[in-house]
Formats: sequence, structure tokens, C-alpha cells
Amino acid sequence: MNERYLITLTVNGDEHEVLVEGRYTLVDVLRHNLGLTGTHVGCEHGICGACTVLVDGAPVRACLIFAAQAEGYDIRTVESLAPQGQLNDLQRCFTAHHALQCGFCTPGFLMLAEGFLAGNPNPSREDVREVVSANLCRCTGYQTIVDAIAACAAGRREAAPATDTGSPPES
Amino acid sequence: MTAPSAGAREPTFTPSGAWIGASVPRREDPRLLTGRAKFVDDIHLPGMLHAQFVRATVASGVVADLDLSAVTAVPGVVAAYSGSDLDLTDIVAVLERPREEFIPTSMPVLARDVVRYVGEPLAIVIAENPYAAEDGIEAARVTYLPNTAVVSDWQALAPDAPLVHGYAGTNTLLDVSMFATEDIDEVFARADHVVRVRAKTGRQNALPLETRGVVAHWDDREEQLVLHTCTQVPHQVRTVASQCLRCDERAVRVIVPDMGGGFGQKCVVGREEIATAAASLQLRRPVKWIEDRKDALTASFLAREQRYDARAAFSDDGRILGLDVDIVCDMGAYSCYPFTVGIEPLMASAEMPGVYRVPAYRVRGRAVVTNKAPTAPYRGVSRPQYVMVMERLFERAARDIGLDPVEIRRRNLITVFPYTGVNDITYDPGSYLESLNLCQQVLTGEGWYDRRDHYAAQGRVLGIGYSCFSERTGYGSDAFAKRKMKVVPGYDIAEATMDTNGSVIVTTGTLSHGQSHETTMAQIVADQLGIDVDKVKISQGDTARITYGWGSFASRSIAIGGSSIDLAATKLGDKLLLIGAHLLETSPDDVELHNAGVRRIDDHNRWLPFSEIAEVAYLKAHLLPKEAEPGLRATASFDATGDGTFSNATHGAVVELHPGSGQVQILRYVCVEDCGVAINPQVVEGQARGGIAQGIAGVLFEEVTYDTNGEPSCASFMDYKVPTAMEMPDISVHHLETPSAFTRSGAKGVGEGGTIGAPAAILNAVNDALRDTGIELDDTPIAPETVQRALHHRMCAEVNL
Repeated sequence: MNERYLITLTVNGDEHEVLVEGRYTLVDVLRHNLGLTGTHVGCEHGICGACTVLVDGAPVRACLIFAAQAEGYDIRTVESLAPQGQLNDLQRCFTAHHALQCGFCTPGFLMLAEGFLAGNPNPSREDVREVVSANLCRCTGYQTIVDAIAACAAGRREAAPATDTGSPPES
Repeated sequence: MTAPSAGAREPTFTPSGAWIGASVPRREDPRLLTGRAKFVDDIHLPGMLHAQFVRATVASGVVADLDLSAVTAVPGVVAAYSGSDLDLTDIVAVLERPREEFIPTSMPVLARDVVRYVGEPLAIVIAENPYAAEDGIEAARVTYLPNTAVVSDWQALAPDAPLVHGYAGTNTLLDVSMFATEDIDEVFARADHVVRVRAKTGRQNALPLETRGVVAHWDDREEQLVLHTCTQVPHQVRTVASQCLRCDERAVRVIVPDMGGGFGQKCVVGREEIATAAASLQLRRPVKWIEDRKDALTASFLAREQRYDARAAFSDDGRILGLDVDIVCDMGAYSCYPFTVGIEPLMASAEMPGVYRVPAYRVRGRAVVTNKAPTAPYRGVSRPQYVMVMERLFERAARDIGLDPVEIRRRNLITVFPYTGVNDITYDPGSYLESLNLCQQVLTGEGWYDRRDHYAAQGRVLGIGYSCFSERTGYGSDAFAKRKMKVVPGYDIAEATMDTNGSVIVTTGTLSHGQSHETTMAQIVADQLGIDVDKVKISQGDTARITYGWGSFASRSIAIGGSSIDLAATKLGDKLLLIGAHLLETSPDDVELHNAGVRRIDDHNRWLPFSEIAEVAYLKAHLLPKEAEPGLRATASFDATGDGTFSNATHGAVVELHPGSGQVQILRYVCVEDCGVAINPQVVEGQARGGIAQGIAGVLFEEVTYDTNGEPSCASFMDYKVPTAMEMPDISVHHLETPSAFTRSGAKGVGEGGTIGAPAAILNAVNDALRDTGIELDDTPIAPETVQRALHHRMCAEVNL
């Protein structure tokens, strides 16, 4: 019943061969087989979003897909954001705005925001709020998470060449 | 909004150069942001096995047969143990009260002959991996002789009710009438106005996003059972584990890794962590248990299901004359350790008069047991509920008398401090009236009163509501002893050590799990010793590192733990002065701490850095004065005496009701809080906002319900409705500062206040919005269909006109 498969996962640019049962979820394999414990498990039924990772750039609940299904895709986890230990701009905005307390949900929000901002460089505050509503946080009340992501978007716009014609976020 | 590039934020120390009062960036953040934090499920030990629990599927019944034979035949399963296999001592939480007031009951680590709620653990299954453990529990065969389940407080109180604990002889395990002013019936008989509020509040789950969990293993070298567990109270887990396992307490070490929230659910000892420990001892292999979300929702510790029948007497000019309350709390199946089933009714009974001058008070508080998951303290403990009832009483009286709801509060708030209330509590100074005035001023200034009336003409339904409250923070031993707990929390211990090159590690018995103590406590130490905050490391969460501690709950950590840390740092400073004076050839009275060193008061050029003093203390002990022992270590304890210190706040909310959906939309939320000296204002605001979010969750969204058989109806996030960013408003937080005279830093606790004030403010705002309907709501959570019906009622009335 519990047949095993040898699969290859590409995570944060590295290829890993892993022996998995068909039923192993991606999040369990990331955490327990590859030792990438930055991605957390909050509900195992796709609602809380603590396990959010990027699959080919799109935010995905890693508890809702099997590891075997992730073969051939480019997977990114929170460990990819600050490879040399230097916080990236999004992470710096999270600490500056006190967007985390216990920090358990934080990797999921970071990956959600990374995926979102990559495709939506000019979000309004309401756009950000709607995206943030994809995941659950029990500590912050969300306001500072919205602040952090909006500030990161604004910072990236300022840093980018002046080809931006979008409207600024509401303050 | 401007983008904060690195460093473009508030200065990390105040203009005077102090660390206290500055929004110092959190020390916790870098590891949490990079995925390098270590939570309990991140721990992986060689040879580690994985546990799950066979849990009861009926709410009440006799276990006729528990057959685990098929479990061990499942591939990957290593062992399965029932309660009788492990033979552990029960967990018993006791109040030292006469039997007519309190009846102690036992919570077995694994249920034996009887099950008392759906989800109660019956057996532990250990397997090579978590998937096989799940397979294993599926193979267990349990035969029950079901009994009628007791699923409500009314049912529990009925004369012929089935008994949850047969040997107790009753379902009422606590019945205490704490106060009864002698002539209170006459006060009510003579009063101009008597108002009554009957309210029921919903059962809630504290819901830390990290579920409970433990990794247990036996360390042969230390001859110790090591429990890595996510608990708010490591020493209490150690004490109970040693009792249940019948071993020396020395042979248990509890280590708390990073922790994904607790909110009270993790401040009691869980049976699963003990059972997992026992299994690891049986197998002599590490065993991990991580609670899944279904079990966290249905079988963990819950809270808040209370029923109030409250009357208040008022004079014509709106003065409260008396308060008469009957409180029944549905505590579920068991007493939690160490607080017991008395936690909610005793808190409500002791504190209900709150911020108001109530001259006469009578209260009866009861705890009943039912066939539901047991309860534990949850952020605010009873205060969100009784504040809601008090505030409803004032609103109702204001309507009866024809007074403005803010004005009636003004006439009754305590304004002269210290104030000793009818409930025998002395309240230290706060800003009860000032916070109310400021809160109203903010909402008025922003035009919300005008908008409410303007929109009403357009058919939109807006309401404005307030809540006023104070919160005792830093319960000391005296205050807990008044509860008559057999185990009396209160004090805390801190130990400060300076190393050979002058940096400091301070160990605390409290336990931050999101509250930012690694930062805020370091700020306290840095100011006390005059060193950079980066030279201070706060250590916590290891029973091997500190004599004893009470962990973090009841907003105690900065008030009590912070004071013990401050005292330990002061004592360390004294030793530095003693040695420094000797090396500077003067007396300790003639030196002072300055710039991370010691200098002579009479000659500021004669200064020694701490590193040189430390070098002498450790490496050149022959140079020490004879009264100084080698090393630089100081231990101190702190306990809040008497009634401790009270934080306070006023919350104001503006809501709009949507007639079509019944949705309550929060348009504005203002919190004016006073926690004394704010060690780190950004952290204080974070605590306030997060607390308010949980209060809003309780008043509008979350409720654990059961069917008539005691089957829980919320087993996933599809049914237990946790609010998201779309439901939460932005919250503005305003600070007032009335420093506490009882704590070393002047700070009061701030962890729970947000949760306490939010339900009442929202409920009052909803009732204000419903003011033309003739309908008032007192029960929570407020269901959309209730709002919709109330508004429909109004529309029907308008049509009839």
C-alpha cells in the first residue's frame, strides 16, 4: 500500500533526490526529509497558509500537494530569502513594522508576499489586505503585516527605474 | 506610507539615552524571518519515533473494551500503550477550600474506564513515522457503553443530571459566594432604577497557530528525561511530570524551544506531553508528538463559555448603587493544572466591579463540568466576559435613565487612587477617566458622531460603542493565595551573569512566546547596568538554568519577571561597584556605574571598564577584595505584594450593520491604553492590536459548539471561523502613562488588555446601531442572522407605521 518512489525536487535552486511514499505531502518532505524547517505546518487542510511556498513563482499550500507532484517544478522556501544571512527588503519591512510576534505564521506570509509582489508591483493597500487575508495570523491582528508588505512594495518601486505609471498605494 | 530602508525607523534609544521607552528592533526577528527559528516540530533526534493518540469517539461512556492488538500489527507501528499499560499517577489540581465550595477531581493521563469528552486520549500509538502513527490509531478497536452526555450548563445543573465525575456526587465542582454586602437586597428595593443583563458567551479556542507538541527522550549521561515542549510553564510541567512518572524532579528537564503562541492554552499541563514522556521511557527512544489541527480544535483546552445573570441598581442621577451577579462557567470535563475549574468563576467573582465605584456587591460563582473538552485560562480569563456584562449594565441604565452612555460611565469611574473596592481589592493609580475622555475625543474629532447621524438619514446603520476596564497585571503570591490554590504562583526569579569580557546573560523564569521579552527584558538590563542592549542576552525556557519559575501568563512577565530581572541586574551592578571600588582604591560608596564601567565619583578620570573588572573577578581572583567571591553572578526574586498593579484602557468602536447580510463591519477602532511605562512602545502596540483582534474574533466570529450527543461541530477551519485580514480593522492605539509604584520599571502588564476590552466595545456599538429597533443583544458571538433579524424587525416596524 505504501509504495515508495524516488523523486527529484528542485528547492531553492538545489536538486534533491528523495525516497517518498506517494502520500507524503510536500511540506512534510521539505521539513523532515530535506531539513528545511522554516516552512511550518499550521492546519494540514489548506486554510491557515503557514506552509505557503512558491512553486514556479506562485504561492502554494505545501500541505495540499504531494511531494511527488512537485517534481519538475522550481520550489522556493523562506530559506531562500536571506541566503547569506542578510535580511532582504521584505524581511526588513516585517521587522521594522513589527509584523510578527511569535513568528510561526511569518514564513508563510513572506512567501505569499514574495509571490504576490512579483506579479503586482503596484498594489493598493486594499489589494495587499486582500492577499494577506489568504493566511491566518493569531498574534498581530494583520495590520502591521499589511503595512510591511505595502512598504516593501513602495520601496521596490522607488528603487526601480522610473517606468512606473501605476497609482501609489493609499496611505 | 514611506518605505523604511534599513535604519529608517525610530531611534532605538530615547533622547535621554535610555533604552526603556524606545522601540528597539526585536532580537527575536532575524531567526524567525529566515526560517532559522527552532520550534518543537523542528527538532529531530536520532532514532526518533512519532506518537499519536487513540481518542474517545463518544462524549460520555464506559470503556467496555480497548483492543490495541491490531494497532501493533500495522506496518511501521512500534508500540501502543493504554492507561493501564503505563500506570501513571493522575493529574490533580486542587483549591484549598471546604468541600461545599470545591470538589477536587482527577484527570488521568490516559482515560481508563470512563471517557468524558470526544477526543479524550485513551491510548498512545508510537510509530516509525507520523504517517504510520496515523495508520495505527485507525486500527484501534474501542467498545463503549455510552451514557447520556451532559452538553450544557443547564443540563449539568439539573437535579437529575447524569454525573460527569460520578464520585464527585455533583456536576458543580465549584460554588463560591465571595462577596455579599449585608443590606444589598434593601439597596435594590430602594433604588430608582434596576437593570438586568442575562448573557451567554460562546466557547472559544485560544488557537495558537502552532499546535501543542513535545519531543521526549531519556538522556543516559544526565540520568534525565528531557522534554522539549511548547509550554508557557516549563517548571510546572517538570513538577507534574515527576509526579505522574513517580521519579525525582531532578530527573526531569523541560526545555522550551521557539513557540508559536500560547494565549493561555499552553499555560496548563497537558496529558499528552506526559504520556509521550512515559512512552519514550518505555522504549528508551526519543518520541515526538505534534498535535494535529483537528485535535487542537476539538480535544485541546478551551475557554470562555459563561452565563451571567446580573442586576445593577442605579440612582436617578446615574450612580451605581449595587451589583448582584450569578455566574455559571461551563468548564468542560476536567480541572486544569494548576488553576482548577475555579479559574473562570473565581476571576469573575473577584474582579467584576472593575473600574467603577460599586458600593454594594453580591456574587455567586459556579463552575460546572460537562462532557466537553476541558478548559484552561485564555488571554483575559473571564474579564472579556464580565467587562461585557458590566458595560451592558451601564448602557442599559443610561437608556433607562436617559443619560448619555459616556456620561454615566464618567459619573461612576474610580478617579481617586489608591481605591479600595467593595471586592476588597486596592486599585493603584490609573487613567480610567482620562482614557475614556481621550477615546471619545478622538472619535468625536474624527467626525464619527456626525457621520453616524448623517448616514442614518441615508438608511445606513452605524453605531458607536465603548468599553472601560482595568486589568490586574502581575498577580503576586498574595493575590493567588486569595484564590486558595494549593499551588500558589506569584514570584519569579532571575539570574544575571557577566562573562569575562563584560557581556551579560540574564536567565528568567518567565517564558516569552511572541511577547518580545528577549528585546524588552534586555532593554531593562541595559538601562540598569548602563550598557548597550546588544551586550545583553535573555535566556529562558530551560528548567536546568533557573531554580524555579512560573512562566508567562496573566500579563505577569514584565511586571514581575521584569522586576526580578531589574533586581538581579542591580545586584550584579552592586558587585561590580564593590570590586571596582577596591581596584580604584576607594570605598563602594564613592564609585558609580558609568559608560559600561565603574568610575570614582570624586575623580571621573579614574574609570575601569566592566571587562577589566570581570577579568579580575574570574581570572585574577587574588586581586579581589576579601568580601567578594570569585565570579560575577547575582540572583534575585520579585513578588508583587498585596493586590499588585492594574493596567487600564478605554476602547471605542464604530460599526456599520449591513441589513442584507447581517454583517457587522468595523469602520473604526480606537484604543487608549495605559500600561504604565511602555518599555518598548511598538511592542505595546503590537500586544494591544493582537489582543483586540482576538477579542473581535470572540465577539463576532468564533464559537466551539457541540451537538446534543456532545460531538464537537468545529473540527476544522471550515467550521471554526478564525478572522482574516478582511475582517480586521486597522486599529489606532494611543498611550497614556501612569507609572506603577509597585514594579521596578514602572511598567504594568500589557498582554491581555486588548482582548478584554474589544468584545464589550463591539457589542455596545452593535447595540447602539440597533437603538431604533427596540432590540438589544447581550449574547456573543453575535451571529449575522441575529443582526439581520433585528434589522428586519425594524424594517417591519417601519412598514407598519
